[in-house]
Amino acid sequence: MNTMTLDATGQAEPVQPKPLEKEAVDTKTKVRETVGKPFCDSAKLRMRNVNVFYGEAQAIHDVSLDIGRNEVVAMIGPSGCGKSTFLRCLNRMNDTIEGCRVEGELALDDEPIYGPKVDVVPLRARVGMVFQKPNPFPKSIYENVAYGPKIHGIASRRAELDEIVENSLRRAGLWNEVKDRLDKPGTGLSGGQQQRLCIARAIAVSPEVILMDEPCSALDPIATARIEELIDELRENYTIAIVTHSMQQAARVSQRTAYFHLGHLVEVNDTETVFTNPQHELTEAYITGRFG
Amino acid sequence: MTDLTQTKLTQQQVRERIEQRLASRHRKEKLFRGLGIASIAFGVLAVLILFTDIIGKGSGAFVQTAIELRVHYDEQVLGIDKVDDESLAWANFTGVIRQALQQRFPQATSRGDKRELNSLISTGAPFTLRDRLKANPELLGQTETVWLTADDDVDTFVKSLSDSAEGFRGRTSDQKAGWIEQLMDSGELKKRFNTTFFTNGDSREPEQAGIRAALMGSLFTLLVTLALSFPIGVAAAIYLEEYAPKNRWTDLIEVNINNLAAVPSIVFGLLGLAIFINFFELPRSAPLVGGLVLTLMTLPTIIISSRAALKAVPPSIREAAMGMGASRMQVVFHHVLPLAMPGMLTGAIIGMAQALGETAPLLMIGMVAFIVDVPGGITDPSTVLPVQIFLWADSPERAFVERTSAAIMVLLSFLILMNTSAVLLRKKLERRW
Repeated sequence: MNTMTLDATGQAEPVQPKPLEKEAVDTKTKVRETVGKPFCDSAKLRMRNVNVFYGEAQAIHDVSLDIGRNEVVAMIGPSGCGKSTFLRCLNRMNDTIEGCRVEGELALDDEPIYGPKVDVVPLRARVGMVFQKPNPFPKSIYENVAYGPKIHGIASRRAELDEIVENSLRRAGLWNEVKDRLDKPGTGLSGGQQQRLCIARAIAVSPEVILMDEPCSALDPIATARIEELIDELRENYTIAIVTHSMQQAARVSQRTAYFHLGHLVEVNDTETVFTNPQHELTEAYITGRFG
Repeated sequence: MTDLTQTKLTQQQVRERIEQRLASRHRKEKLFRGLGIASIAFGVLAVLILFTDIIGKGSGAFVQTAIELRVHYDEQVLGIDKVDDESLAWANFTGVIRQALQQRFPQATSRGDKRELNSLISTGAPFTLRDRLKANPELLGQTETVWLTADDDVDTFVKSLSDSAEGFRGRTSDQKAGWIEQLMDSGELKKRFNTTFFTNGDSREPEQAGIRAALMGSLFTLLVTLALSFPIGVAAAIYLEEYAPKNRWTDLIEVNINNLAAVPSIVFGLLGLAIFINFFELPRSAPLVGGLVLTLMTLPTIIISSRAALKAVPPSIREAAMGMGASRMQVVFHHVLPLAMPGMLTGAIIGMAQALGETAPLLMIGMVAFIVDVPGGITDPSTVLPVQIFLWADSPERAFVERTSAAIMVLLSFLILMNTSAVLLRKKLERRW
C-alpha cells in the first residue's frame, strides 16, 4: 500500500490518505480561499493574511479570520494542520520558539498584536492562555491563582487578593473543592482539577480573550464535561478561541467552527452549519471521519 | 534477516529457536551483571585500602606524648622579680625546665648527658610555662607539677613501642630510651589528646605543628571562591540558557566553557601569577588571589551544572508563566530558578570540593609558604590544607609522617562532608512537578 504522494521535486508529502472512492483532494489548488463566514461585525480579534514560518517551512498559509466578542470559536483539523500554531500567534507565545516568524496583520480591538512597539506583557494579560497539559506552578493553590494579579500589580492589599483568588476559583468551579486547602500545592490536585486551576489562574487577571489549546485532551470524560460547562459560562464575559481534536466538543461549546487543513483555513462557519452542511469537500471528509 | 512468512516456520519451530537463544541471552546478562559488581568491588577495595592506610598512619597524630615535671618558678633562674609582659618576654623558662629535669634525673652530669636530658622536652614547652605564669602571677617563686609536651623524637619512640618491643630509636640514644622507659613506668609520661594540632600553625618542630593556619587559609580561599564563582556562574548560565540567541557565537562560547573545564589547573595558577600578582600587584600568598584563581577554575563546573539544572526545568512551567504575562526576568526568578536551585547548589558544592582539594595553581601564586601565624583575613599570607600536606610530606622528621596522614584525614572528612551535604541538599530540595 502506498499512501505517500510524491510531488514534482520528488519530496515526500506528509501522509495524507486518499478519501476512499474519491479523487485525491488537491489542497494546493482547492484551498485558495476560505469558504464560509470568516469575518464578523464586532470582531475582538482580527487576523488578516497571516503567514507563519518555522525556519524555511511554512506552517500557516494566508489565514484571515475574525473572532467576535463573547464568542467561542473552535478550531479543528487533523494533527499538524497548524491550528495550535495559529492560536499561539494570538498572544505571541510563538515568540519563544527559535526561528518562528509571523507575517500578516493581527489586531486585538484594532491594536496591533505584532510590531516593534508592542509590549507582550500587557498583551498576555489581556489574552490569557490554557494549555493542553495542565501546568500549575509547583506552588500552593492560592499562589497559583494570585500570581497573575501579583505580577501585574492588580491587587495591592491582601484582602483584595483574597477576593480575586476566591472569585476566580468560584468561576472556575473549583472553590468548593479547594477552599480548605488553598495552601496545599496545586500539583497535588487531580488532572481535571489542575486544569480548572489553570483556568482560574488565567481568569484571575480578567483577560478579554482566553485561548485554549486542547484543554481537555489529558482529561477523562467527567472532567471534560465540567470544563465544557465552564467554557459555556465563561462566554458571557470572555472571548474564547479553543483548539480541539474532539468534534463533539467543538459542536457542544462553540458558536463558530474553523476547519484547518495543512496550514490553510479551509472553512469557517456557524458550528451547526459546519457539522450538518459543510461547504467544502475537505471539511466534509474530515467531519465524516474519512481522515484525521 | 529472515522473513518468517517466506521460510514458513511453524509456531513450534519459532518457539524452539527462541528457546535456543534464551540460554546464551541469560549467560550474557549474568556476565554483564558480574562485570558491574566486580568493578564496584574494585572501587570499594581501593577506597578501603586508601582509608585504612591513611587512618592507620594518621590516627597517631591525634595524641601526643607529655611528660610530668615538678617545675619551680625560681626568680633567680627566670631572671625576673615581677610578672608583667616585658619581664615575661625576657624570662628564662628554658632554664626552669632544665632545672626541673636535672632534679628528676640527677645522675646526668656531663655536658653531653645534660644535652640529651634537655632534649626530652619540646622547645615549645617554655611558652606553656610562660602562659601559665602570666595567667597565675602568684606562682612566681612557687613549685607546681605540670604536663609538658615531649620532644617529637620521644613522641615517635613512645608511639612506636606499641608496634615492636624495640621501638623506633632514630636519634634516641640508649640512655635517653632508658629515661623514657623510667618515666613511663612511674606514670610521669602519658599520651594525651593533641590540641596543638588543631590550634597551631606550621612549625619546624613536629610536636608544635598544627593545621589551624592551613585550615583558616582554606576557609578564606573558599569563601572568596564561593562569593565570586557562584553568582558569576549562575548569572552566566541564566544568560546563556534563557536569554542568549542560539547562534555561532554562543556555540563558540559553549565550546570554550567546556574546554576550560578540562584545562590543567596549573595553567590557571600561571594565569593568576601573571595577571593578579604581576599586573594588578595583589599580595602574594594571599587567600584573595588564591580565591580568584580557584574561581577561574571552578567557574566552568558551576556554569555547566547550572545550565543542566536550568535545562531540566520543564518548558510547561515557562510557558505557564509566560502565558500569564510574566516578563522574562519574572519567569526566570519566580519559576525557573527555584526549581533549578537544588541542581545549581549541588554543582556549586562539588565545585567547592574540587577547589578545596586543589594544590597546583596555589603553588604558582606563592601559597606554598611556611605559615606559622593563623591568617586573620583574605590578604594575610597563608597556605591551604592540600599545600600543607604537600609541605609536610616533604619534611624529614619522622613525626611528620603521621601528621601528613592526619591532615589528609581532616581534608578528606571535609570533602566527604561537602559531598554528603550536596546529596542531602538535592534530596531535600528536589521538587516533583
